[in-house]
Amino acid sequence: MNIQVIIPLIIFLLAIFAVGFIASKQMGGKTGFLQEYFLGGRELGGFVLAMTMVATYGSASSFLGGPGTAYTVGFGWILLAMSQVVTGYFVLLILGKKFAILARKYNAITMIDFLKARYNSSAVAILSALAIIIFLFSAMTAQWVGGARLIESLTGLQYTSALFIFAISVLVYVTIGGFRAVALTDAVQGAIMVIGTLILLIGVIIAGGGVPAIMQDLLNENPRLVTPYGADGSLTPAYISSFWILVGVGVVGLPQMAVRAMSYKSSRAMHRALVIGTIVTGFIMLNMHLIGIFARPVLPGIDVGDKVIPLIALEVLPPWLAGVVLAAPMAAIMSTVDSLLLLVSSAIVKDVYINFIKPEATEKRIKQISIGVTALLGTIVFLLALQPPDLLIFLNLFAFGGLEAAFIWPIVLGLYWKYGNKYGAILSMITGIASYIAIHFYNTTNGNLFGVHTVTLPILLSLIAYIIGSLAIQRKAFRF
Amino acid sequence: MPTNPQTQKTYKPDPRFKIAHKEAKIGIALAIFNFIWWFGFAYGLGNRPPEQYTYTFGLPDWFFYSCVIGFILMSALVIVITKYALTEVSLEPEPDQQKEDSQTP
Repeated sequence: MNIQVIIPLIIFLLAIFAVGFIASKQMGGKTGFLQEYFLGGRELGGFVLAMTMVATYGSASSFLGGPGTAYTVGFGWILLAMSQVVTGYFVLLILGKKFAILARKYNAITMIDFLKARYNSSAVAILSALAIIIFLFSAMTAQWVGGARLIESLTGLQYTSALFIFAISVLVYVTIGGFRAVALTDAVQGAIMVIGTLILLIGVIIAGGGVPAIMQDLLNENPRLVTPYGADGSLTPAYISSFWILVGVGVVGLPQMAVRAMSYKSSRAMHRALVIGTIVTGFIMLNMHLIGIFARPVLPGIDVGDKVIPLIALEVLPPWLAGVVLAAPMAAIMSTVDSLLLLVSSAIVKDVYINFIKPEATEKRIKQISIGVTALLGTIVFLLALQPPDLLIFLNLFAFGGLEAAFIWPIVLGLYWKYGNKYGAILSMITGIASYIAIHFYNTTNGNLFGVHTVTLPILLSLIAYIIGSLAIQRKAFRF
Repeated sequence: MPTNPQTQKTYKPDPRFKIAHKEAKIGIALAIFNFIWWFGFAYGLGNRPPEQYTYTFGLPDWFFYSCVIGFILMSALVIVITKYALTEVSLEPEPDQQKEDSQTP
């Protein structure tokens, strides 16, 4: 592989290192170690908040898988991807100021702290911690594999060495810098995604001879590529629309997003993040997926979807610029992984260790445990990613949809519905995860039930479970 | 002025929650509008045979209106709503402490 491609990637990694290191130096002790390490002291400003939300959410799937699918099925997939614009404003407006105020009032550092206080229940806390640890741990490992594969394909290194480079880069700054380092590096990574996608889009359009020429090529090849129905006409409006739940409004139930909604310092920061987040999400998604479909006439015959972006970048850009652009999917994967790593670590340290095992732990001990657990987790993930076990790949399938179905109602209705109680929350979480797994199996063998994505029904069922559980057993209004 | 709710004998909801509830409703309204615009143009214009599509900046009309204009419109709406419909409040547990930071980095 070309050395000119690798140099910008190395510079990128070094820059991320530097930012993480600087962030770790900023960790002051004024609000206590836990709040500093897992929540950045609730001091995020608007720009960093917006970027860390976009970057955490935009993962390998939006940067490699998504454009690859757009390459194969055409404009219908960009239509689908654009349902994600909603996440830019929806998460912050729905959780909004009430979540931020209550989190401060309850002194909540993790999403589970909030649930535990709201429902006054240890069972809710344990169940949530288990769900987060199991599913997000699997999701994280899958992302590491993606990150290592990307380095492997770009540099020609062995998979193991690539994984090692990836693991070390992420581990060092997350372990020493905590949430602040994650958020700040996310901001840098987000900026790289914006610039990288724009450069590549322009490069592809020039290589294709302009948008009208590309469109004519697509029409000549298969007119269905420019319809909303997919290359073989199989994308129905109901199926595409159901992604509004999975990658749109349902994102409000993801713990890694919820924890960000309690980390900003003022309502002014939140207002700025709303605007920046919406614009950046839409811009990245639109560019990235347009690149995918525009790449088709320029570089026909790519079989593996994930390779479309790396190959087209190397094809249409000078090598050094391709290196800069390919730092973008790298950034997307790293920014997702670092957030998940810290989140799983916080679930173990704060929600399990301090809540249930040793509430009287000293500040110094907590510090050792937090850093130790984060480093240990990263090492385990590294070892597992060397040869991912089938169980892990299997659990990863349920990670996002399953967590959305589990948490969306306990969080959202817990905030806004005073009759919501622990019985409803527990019933809703169990129903959400169980029905998600059941419907997943049904859909894989029989085709999609009602023609919609797997996530749709579990979200409805867990809503019903929440309401029934809350009203049937103990109807009592909660005082926020 | 409201006092700390935890020390109050009679429960009074935090007045800031009323603002928060309004803003959550704005979020839902925005999402519904966003969905209708996105769906309406995509399938309203997109269900014609591809030969009948017109092209704006080279992009098929259904896509241009649904996704490109839709995105620009949503961004503009969010800017306007953030500026005129959202209220700045203190996030501190005790609403008395009005020490809202005026600077964001």
